[in-house]
Amino acid sequence: MKIREILDNLKKPFEKGQKLEKFYPAFDAFETFLFVPNHTSKTGAHIRDAIDLKRVMITVIIALMPALIYGIYNTGFQYLSQTPDSFTTLDAIIHGSSKVIPMIAVSYIVGLSIEFLFAIWRGHQVNEGYLVTGLLIPMIMPVDIPLWMVGVSVAFAVIIGKEAFGGTGMNILNPALTARAFAFFAYPTYMSGNQVWVSEASNVDGVSGETILGMLAAGNSTEQFGIMEMFIGNIPGSIAETSTLMVLIGAFILIYTGVGSWRIMVGGVLGAAITGMLFNLWGANALMSFDWAQHLIVGGFAFGIVFMATDPVSAAQTQKGKWIYGILVGILCILIRVFNPAYPEGVMLAILLMNVFAPTIDHYVIEASVKRREKRSLNLKTS
Amino acid sequence: MSKGIRITKGLSIKIKGSPKNQIENLPLASTYAFNLNDFHLHVPKLILREGDSVKRGTPIFYAKSNEKLKFVSPVSGTVKEIVRGERRKIHNIIIDSDGNDNFVKHKPPVLDNSSVQELIDFLLEAGVWPLINQRPFDIIADPNISPKAIHVSCFDSSPLAVDYEFMLKDRLSEIKAGLDYLDKIVNGELFLGLKSCQELFQKEFSNYKTNLFDGPHPSGNVGVQIHHVNPINSGEVVWTLKLEDIAVIGKLILKGEYLPDRIVAVTGPPVKNPKYFNLRTGANLDSVINNVEIDNKNDVRFINGDVLSGYKVNSIGYLGHYNNKLSVLREGNQYRLFGWIPFINNTVPSIYKTSFSWLFNNKEKDYDTNLNGEERAFVATGEMESIFPMDIYPMQLIKECMIGDIEKMEKLGIYEVSPEDFGLIDYSSSSKIEAQTIIRQGLDYIYKETQ
Repeated sequence: MKIREILDNLKKPFEKGQKLEKFYPAFDAFETFLFVPNHTSKTGAHIRDAIDLKRVMITVIIALMPALIYGIYNTGFQYLSQTPDSFTTLDAIIHGSSKVIPMIAVSYIVGLSIEFLFAIWRGHQVNEGYLVTGLLIPMIMPVDIPLWMVGVSVAFAVIIGKEAFGGTGMNILNPALTARAFAFFAYPTYMSGNQVWVSEASNVDGVSGETILGMLAAGNSTEQFGIMEMFIGNIPGSIAETSTLMVLIGAFILIYTGVGSWRIMVGGVLGAAITGMLFNLWGANALMSFDWAQHLIVGGFAFGIVFMATDPVSAAQTQKGKWIYGILVGILCILIRVFNPAYPEGVMLAILLMNVFAPTIDHYVIEASVKRREKRSLNLKTS
Repeated sequence: MSKGIRITKGLSIKIKGSPKNQIENLPLASTYAFNLNDFHLHVPKLILREGDSVKRGTPIFYAKSNEKLKFVSPVSGTVKEIVRGERRKIHNIIIDSDGNDNFVKHKPPVLDNSSVQELIDFLLEAGVWPLINQRPFDIIADPNISPKAIHVSCFDSSPLAVDYEFMLKDRLSEIKAGLDYLDKIVNGELFLGLKSCQELFQKEFSNYKTNLFDGPHPSGNVGVQIHHVNPINSGEVVWTLKLEDIAVIGKLILKGEYLPDRIVAVTGPPVKNPKYFNLRTGANLDSVINNVEIDNKNDVRFINGDVLSGYKVNSIGYLGHYNNKLSVLREGNQYRLFGWIPFINNTVPSIYKTSFSWLFNNKEKDYDTNLNGEERAFVATGEMESIFPMDIYPMQLIKECMIGDIEKMEKLGIYEVSPEDFGLIDYSSSSKIEAQTIIRQGLDYIYKETQ
């Protein structure tokens, strides 16, 4: 127990009444990262489940890993395929890492600094939620976005999107999507169009770096991409969104451990599939006639519905509400894709919009239970 | 006539050290005590003073709100000490036993030619009224408000469950006498909640309204049973009793004496020979604890009641007024290096599959009192609804209790619940929310605002 002794010594100046008392939340975050604390239940149930927010969040991070690693590879692959030279998988991963890891570092450094400052200021413990948010933000950005923009978006998301509402658990919008939406509207030239999705695409003549949805919106053919490519994710797009296969592995981890809501995921897929089928029957433009099944595997739909829509804080919180919320995210995503050529990818806006409506959905679900209770009393009075 | 009701939501927690079917009789303890926390929201008014002698059944204090509501001595002897805390608030009243066990003789009313009021008055006078609880508020029943029904749960589904059929098989005639008496008070609206495997009880209680419940904990909680059989509407009051307390009432009616003896299980992972003891309400626990072997006695927690909703007692403390179980747990006051990472420390069970412990879900496991994390802001990870078998949204109710919005609390069903119904939510919360404490505060708040 050597580490424990060192920690106990380090802890002394941070304890109540000591010099560094104010900074206790920062020390506590560090200490509880190493050790599950020796706290015992004081009131209420005497036994407690092994789950805590740290474990919930780390499970999500583990679920994100396949998509992240594939995203890093794909970033390198997309760049290197533009060049005439031949390359290996390792080359692709090395190139991808050189692009993606600095973004993750910036996201964590900026975001966690703000989280620590707020924790010290408000005197509460540092919440683990940012560990997930901080990884999600770079994963849903285009690869060539300048690092300072990542930093500004993170700061916006954490301060305005989360802390302004009272911190973790109180925010209305998903913080990672808030960051992306901020970047999307603040720096549109870096976030949309046909040259941002592949690293340095604009420097290489004659190579298209458009996403499939972008091509469809522009009325171009997407025949060059096969279904397998779309499913495995060997296509241009935001860093980690492209591989449906890797996202499915993540979804499996989330559902299997019980950490992510399967209701939202299934609801979302159902909503999108049915809407896609209806549009297939209509088929008035390229995006309408785009096969419904392919809608599910291109763009950020899979990534969004598995990792963003299921955020427990900003999603609907009742079980019935989760179904409704998931289905509506799916429907809206396809609707935005099809009807709004300015935003070929609809999943971000669909989720943000439903985040806003989630409390309303819950309200009506709960109201049904309240009505049942009232009706019961009323029947009694009349009979 | 019985109806089968299947409870699907919930969680049965299997803990090592469930009691063996063996009852040990112990001689009378040297001291007995009232813990005033057992009588929530009631302020005691003393009748006797320190040094006064008492018989079993002599009133010691009454409730400030109703002087007919008397609390009587469980044993004969002298009032030894009145333990007070801040602002002279009474915490405990300790009685020295003289070993003779003399008792006050009562003359019970004849059931057939007594009015309901006479039946109630007798229970108040004899000191058994505190055994009757009411919902809403989960407090001792108000004798001035007539209830719409009485509900009794006849099985235990909580962790380290006791076996009622085994404990009470010799007291069936007393239980029936008590049930008949109560049945008269509520004019037949008396409901028993049984488990479908309780064949003895089903046969013995066939004359009463019974419902058969199946499913995980909290199917044995009377609140869940009420909700599924005959839910409480606004303005209604329901009384609840424990089965062994009905035996105490039955004894009073058959024999004319107050004898609060009960079978109590001493259970839990550190107990080497968990079994039942024949004890009396308020008994000093010293002799019990010396009669069981406990691992590492200095670092365990004794709990009056079950591990989800009971309260902590000292090893030299006293048996509570209502429990049939003394649970023992190892204190979890040690650090665990990187214990928060999934699949590390697989011995710590979880309802999430982030630990291999779920592979052995049918095995009894070792639990301790570690919080397994720190309290965090309320993040609704969705576990609450899946373990709460009522048409009530637990998370929203907890939030309204924190805010203190009485109208919304009423709408969300606060009158149907008691803190014990939220025991599993305390257990499973990933944000380590103290749901039972919050619900208790919410109920107290409404009670104080509306009385």
